[in-house]
Amino acid sequence: MLLIEDLQVMLGDKEILRHIDLEIKPGETHILFGPNGSGKTSLLMTIMGYPQYRVTAGKISFKGEDITHMTINERARLGIGMSYQRPPSIKGLKTKQMVEICSGNGVDVSALADRLNFSDFLERDINVGFSGGEIKRSELMQLTAQNPDLLLFDEPESGVDLENIVLIGNTIGELLQREHKHIPGKSVKEMKEERTKMGLIITHTGFILDYVTADMGQVLYNGILACKSNPTEIFKQIKEVGYEECVRCAI
Amino acid sequence: MRDLDTKAREAKEKKAVLGPDIDLDAYSTDTPPHEAIQDIEQLPEEERKRMLMAGIDSRKGVRSGTYLQKDGASVYSTSFQEGLEIIPIKTALEKLDWVQDYYWKLLSVDTDKYTARARLDLHNGYVIRALPGTKVAFPAQACMYIEKEGFSQNVHNIIIAEEDSELHIITGCATAAHVSSGLHVGISEFYVKKNAKLSFTMIHHWSEDVAVRPRSAGVVEEGGLFLNNYISMKPVKSLQMYPTTYLMGTGAVARFYSLLVGSPAGELDVGGRVYLSAPETRAEVISRAITNGGNIVARGDLIGELPGVRGHLECRGLILKGGSIHAVPELTGKADGVDMSHEAAVGKIAQDEILYLMSRGLTEDEATATIVRGFLSVDIPGLPAPLKEEIDRAVDLSQQDMM
Repeated sequence: MLLIEDLQVMLGDKEILRHIDLEIKPGETHILFGPNGSGKTSLLMTIMGYPQYRVTAGKISFKGEDITHMTINERARLGIGMSYQRPPSIKGLKTKQMVEICSGNGVDVSALADRLNFSDFLERDINVGFSGGEIKRSELMQLTAQNPDLLLFDEPESGVDLENIVLIGNTIGELLQREHKHIPGKSVKEMKEERTKMGLIITHTGFILDYVTADMGQVLYNGILACKSNPTEIFKQIKEVGYEECVRCAI
Repeated sequence: MRDLDTKAREAKEKKAVLGPDIDLDAYSTDTPPHEAIQDIEQLPEEERKRMLMAGIDSRKGVRSGTYLQKDGASVYSTSFQEGLEIIPIKTALEKLDWVQDYYWKLLSVDTDKYTARARLDLHNGYVIRALPGTKVAFPAQACMYIEKEGFSQNVHNIIIAEEDSELHIITGCATAAHVSSGLHVGISEFYVKKNAKLSFTMIHHWSEDVAVRPRSAGVVEEGGLFLNNYISMKPVKSLQMYPTTYLMGTGAVARFYSLLVGSPAGELDVGGRVYLSAPETRAEVISRAITNGGNIVARGDLIGELPGVRGHLECRGLILKGGSIHAVPELTGKADGVDMSHEAAVGKIAQDEILYLMSRGLTEDEATATIVRGFLSVDIPGLPAPLKEEIDRAVDLSQQDMM
């Protein structure tokens, strides 16, 4: 379980997250909505442990451990992984090597690349000259190799063409154990109960909702988590009235 | 001959244009006797280990020939392949008239006091030649080993790839474990004939107090390719070299790659200069420099003399723990339509790259090592796999020291 209690975060001398409470139980996936600059990415980076996001109050726990002051790699080891929107490129580090680093102990990189239609990129330097969609596929390949228990997705569908959106949507569904395939001899209820993966997905366009079911939606507005409801419902409201409506709840 | 000796004598005190001046009298040139060996496997394990770090492999069947020199004495010189000649240069100068056509033809004895010393007080060195049409199956190797403390090793090497031949050489320079101080003065003259391909990979594995002054030049004829790789990752007191290559035949190509690591108190000044003097010639000078507290000057100089020649310089530097990196890329175009460019960057490791890798489970040190490894991994087209492996091994070894 991820439990965030009354979290306050500063970036530089600016307070960017205020009184955040969030709970993601094993098996749950939450969708995070919010206008540009509302602090969505900052929340993900804070959960991942980026040191420039200074926690000034509150607490983050994961799997029962207080991780508020853990380093990034300690959190990664504990089972937190992130798919970045704009990851840095590293010259001389092949994509293949990066996937191996993620897996820690051996993974069939070429089979993985096949599934994500990414074989041609394995010998290329990671993220160097990748398009938006290529970055997304690369990130998903890394996350699959890493196999974390809490998966943070920062706008996984942005910059992805229609051809690949299905692939990306379905892969995220798989990673979060939300494939909704019928397995003989197993009821849907059983499958749901066996789910352990936790997800937190930032989306602007809502496209991802066509492929991944989610348990909860949240709106982050001006550093405050303002709404907690059915994600499809939230998305519909945002489409109709925009984020203006959130102002009322956020005050 | 007399002429050259006179010229050399006149240049005995002549300081080099670049690099700190070395007091030659501080080093002894008297070589201790070293007996010839029949097989490099006879060498003590300790020595073979030191040599292996500089890419010198004593196993059978992995090299097409070997030259080994200890201090001033040539102790082993054998070719296993027909059409490949490996001869100590002193023997070659005595017995083979043609060697004179290649001896001191590309370099002047009075360039500086180091060339003068190599002329006047030559210990030995090698001539490695691939006869016309010969293609070596495995790289040939040459090792210059300093075993005597405070020794000045003065060598002269001539490398010839005759027409249509393909020659790969790995040359390792190393000191015995107990040696801390020494001087290596090495003259090298490279001849790449018509349609020949020569790759020359030099790995230096010196000690902290060794000074190194290589002086080398090469000429590439029509359709020839000269690939020159230089790796210096171990601590060294002072190293300065600026090899020059002349592309004299149509379509000749030169590629220079250097991987440099500067350690505290070390001074590295390494460059590559190429004259593009024939139609359709191409040149590339690429260097990666990392400093842990040493001072590095990475130079490159391309001189385009005809329309349509192409060249590129690339100097990238990474400052890890203090020290300095000075990138000096120079381009001179002497005709319309030359196409030459350079790119230079000096900086530190980007924090966001480290954090990105840490979020994939690496510790901060592992992440740094991974980025450094990537920085040093340069794709060298045309380099045979065993040589690439040697370079990778040198990089890995140095990384263990760095971290």
